Amino acid sequence: MDKNKTTEIESVVIRFSGDSGDGMQLTGTLFSNLSAILGNEISTFPDFPSEIRAPQGTLGGVSGFQVHLGSGKVYTPGDDADVMVAMNPAALKVNAKDIKKHGVLIFDADSFSQKDLEKANFTTENPFEELGLSDTIQLVPVPLTSITQESLKDFDLDSKSVTRSKNMFALGLICWLFNRPIDQAIHFLEKKFRKKPDILHANLKVLTDGFNYGNNIHLALSTYLVDKSEETPKGKYTSINGNKATALGLIAASKKADLELFLGSYPITPASDIMHELALRKDMGVKVVQAEDEIAGITTALGASFAGALAATNTSGPGLALKTEAIGLAVMAELPIVIVDVMRGGPSTGLPTKTEQTDLLQALYGRNGESPVVVMAASTPANCFDYAYMASKIALEHMTPVILLTDGFIGNGSSLWKLPRLAELPGIKPNYPKTGMEGIKVTARDPKTKARYWSIPGTPGFEHRNGGLEKDYNTGAISTDPLNHQRMVDIRQAKIDYISNVIPDVEIEGNPEADLLIIGWGSTHGHLITAVNNINKTGKKVALAHFNYINPLPKNTAEVIKKFKKVVVCELNSGQFVSFLRTKVPGEYLQYNKVQGQPFSASELEEHISSLLK
Amino acid sequence: METIQKNQEIQYTAKDFKSDQYVRWCPACGDYAILSSLQKVMAELGVSPTNTAVISGIGCSSRLPYYISGYGFHTIHGRGAAIATGVKVANPGLTVWQITGDGDCLAIGGNHFIHSVRRNIDINVLIFNNQIYGLTKGQYSPTTKKGYVTKSSPYGTIEHPFRPGEITIGARGTFFGRILDVDLKSSQMTMMAAAKHKGTSVVECLVNCIIFNDGAHGWLSEKATREDRVIVLEHGKKMIFGKDRNKGLVLDGFNLKVVTIGENGITENDILTHNAQNPDPTLHLKLIYMEAPDFPVALGIIRDVPAETYNDAVVSQIAKVQEKSTIKTFDDLIDSLEQWEV
Ligand SMILES: Cc1ncc(C[n+]2csc(CCOP(=O)(O)OP(=O)(O)O)c2C)c(N)n1
Ligand code: SF4
Ligand SMILES: [Mg+2]
Repeated sequence: MDKNKTTEIESVVIRFSGDSGDGMQLTGTLFSNLSAILGNEISTFPDFPSEIRAPQGTLGGVSGFQVHLGSGKVYTPGDDADVMVAMNPAALKVNAKDIKKHGVLIFDADSFSQKDLEKANFTTENPFEELGLSDTIQLVPVPLTSITQESLKDFDLDSKSVTRSKNMFALGLICWLFNRPIDQAIHFLEKKFRKKPDILHANLKVLTDGFNYGNNIHLALSTYLVDKSEETPKGKYTSINGNKATALGLIAASKKADLELFLGSYPITPASDIMHELALRKDMGVKVVQAEDEIAGITTALGASFAGALAATNTSGPGLALKTEAIGLAVMAELPIVIVDVMRGGPSTGLPTKTEQTDLLQALYGRNGESPVVVMAASTPANCFDYAYMASKIALEHMTPVILLTDGFIGNGSSLWKLPRLAELPGIKPNYPKTGMEGIKVTARDPKTKARYWSIPGTPGFEHRNGGLEKDYNTGAISTDPLNHQRMVDIRQAKIDYISNVIPDVEIEGNPEADLLIIGWGSTHGHLITAVNNINKTGKKVALAHFNYINPLPKNTAEVIKKFKKVVVCELNSGQFVSFLRTKVPGEYLQYNKVQGQPFSASELEEHISSLLK
Repeated sequence: METIQKNQEIQYTAKDFKSDQYVRWCPACGDYAILSSLQKVMAELGVSPTNTAVISGIGCSSRLPYYISGYGFHTIHGRGAAIATGVKVANPGLTVWQITGDGDCLAIGGNHFIHSVRRNIDINVLIFNNQIYGLTKGQYSPTTKKGYVTKSSPYGTIEHPFRPGEITIGARGTFFGRILDVDLKSSQMTMMAAAKHKGTSVVECLVNCIIFNDGAHGWLSEKATREDRVIVLEHGKKMIFGKDRNKGLVLDGFNLKVVTIGENGITENDILTHNAQNPDPTLHLKLIYMEAPDFPVALGIIRDVPAETYNDAVVSQIAKVQEKSTIKTFDDLIDSLEQWEV
């Protein structure tokens, strides 16, 4: 073949996989960012091994990065890969089941020796056959290691650095395959390795050689073109992961509310990146205390809230469990605080690097006493910004703890984000007492919203004692009076219920005329809407109601649900949201649940939903 | 926000720090004396109730914030140190007092305690050490003497008690003082020094729980013999004690020894002069270890070493970064991200 054929396609899924030391995350990020710059919609998902440095070449050390590019709307990182890059047999083995039937498998031919195969527990010499890979998959062996060594032979680099550069060869090759100029990749690398010129030059050389390799040796492959997306509204964009978006949402809220942001935190996968991002932001005046444990994470934050800061704490499931008692104190003291739970597989230590929606009931109910809190969930990496912002706004205006649920999937995954301006964001008015209210009791509250007034220590005339003991409704003094307790329990609930007046209605997506309604919440939106759209395209009818606000539920929830003959609630747990819905909007619900530490795939949803439409 | 300054015009009195709440401790509980000493110290310190925040955990002693007329927060068991940390870091203009018990501070709250001490947050920690769990009606605590019979140790405890001062120094504390409920003068002097110290000031308050552990500090409390049984330490002063001011401490090899001035040729010059500001805590530990009946129990200011506080470091690190950074607003931050036009 002299000239490679170029096929135009609407969307493509590429997975980079290799040893955790192979630089697959960087390769994947660079490729997705440069595709986004060229106008594609993107959605990415990194899949980290739980061991930091498992022995090289073993199954436990495989790290993956998947990106889905599209010329139309892209909602998820995609199910199976059209193109898979496998840097060694272990990567191949871990990912083989996710290659499409007519997909392309590019692998490092130098890393498939007998020894490499053994490390990955292959028992025969032909790993492809052993895995039962379909013979319709196109195998593209590239001697990545030796060719990189050759490429860098004139460079004065140690052999480790040389071998580590082979990911850039793969990146160059993928750029060629997708008709992507490498200029942007060069630009990114120049920024990243500004302080390490040796590594930079080596990387650029290998990248260029990888690109030319495709051209020169006439790989018997047709190249692909994924056109610019026409659906993306005009504007400035970046690609952002959910954890960073969460951090920025909190910062934006603090600026809008004219408050200092305080984060009390203790490291935990997959939530730590929120702390890392905020610790960087001293320029924004953010105060971060890395506490001695999760209890201190939230209690330092609660102290900061008492003292007048926008207070937040971030964690994952095991940490949320430790914060339980302090959340109860925040309920009782009626102080604003945002608790971000980046959910992971549980119970206990569970599956730290995998995703699940199994903390919902813990968030809703996991406290002693009657202690209602606001619970909400982000649904895409980018909208973690919006929901972190709204969580802060609700906490400050309604004087309540707010639990924001995200998860490993959107926390680590990236999507396109249209850059906001502070002026465009909704206003935030913390519930301060008004001048002239000097001398009010600690329990004084706004008559409409029932939110307690937030008197900040240091303000003359508003001195008060707060605490976790029940207070008298009128005087604020500690009280064990039976009827007073009932009244206080009721008012704390009424305060949360009132919030349904300020949150948006739940929307019906897909076909509102359908008989079947799919219900989801949080990070599954992308997979659900993809499945729903695909089914609607076939002429069948299905609708989707996806929830970001969970407690309180949007006001129109019952009305929406009652419109449909059949309702199925899909979630990555054994049925937590559905059990909540059953108490709030009694009725018949079907369930579709998966608890495998993995997101849904759009195809499994499509299959299941279709079966319900028969 | 008002900054904390001694307000020249207003001279506070203890009454200015009394809230309208009815004090609920048992009659003759040792906590009363500490409360009243504290209110006097607050008045003398001159920080307004507005700029005073009193934070506590749970226990009889932790009820104290209700009785002070500033800002107060009675929180959850053991977490007062962490809450106070957040208060001080978020609002460094406040003078923050943490009220805690031997159980609240050293059992459930032990982790927060050592870390706030290690960080040197500028808060004043009063540990009400009655060597018992008062509020839960008389179980032994981490400071209960070995062998002591309580509800949860009907055959005597088999645990070794903590010494709060030793933990403070183990956590690299910069201030440690000890006071006795009934000894008002040294209590106020020590609390005042704690308030003035920048950093975590730990004051162990020996208090009597008249209901569940009456007389735990009885050896010291007896007025007639007290001066022979305690030594009140102050920086720069001779380590002299006794009703007749004729006893003192000297070093004997690596150990402290009690001597009598005028006997065996000992003069006042031979007596140690207390250096509370010595960064090396060795002698401070020795003073903390002194126990009856061989030694007087050390009260007063045992350690008071200047060091940078965590809250100041937070502020100065932010200021340093802000001075250099070109990112001044949220929109600047957004503009600094890798971005492209679609
Ligand atoms: C999480 C939790 N566990 C247990 C208790 C019960 N509790 C309350 S106070 C206390 C011990 C108090 O002892 P101490 O701190 O010495 O204070 P004191 O009452 O002696 O002043 C205990 C165990 C609680 N309130 N919260
Ligand atoms: S039980 Fe003991 S510590 Fe508690 S108030 Fe009574 S005397 Fe004081
Ligand atoms: Mg006690």
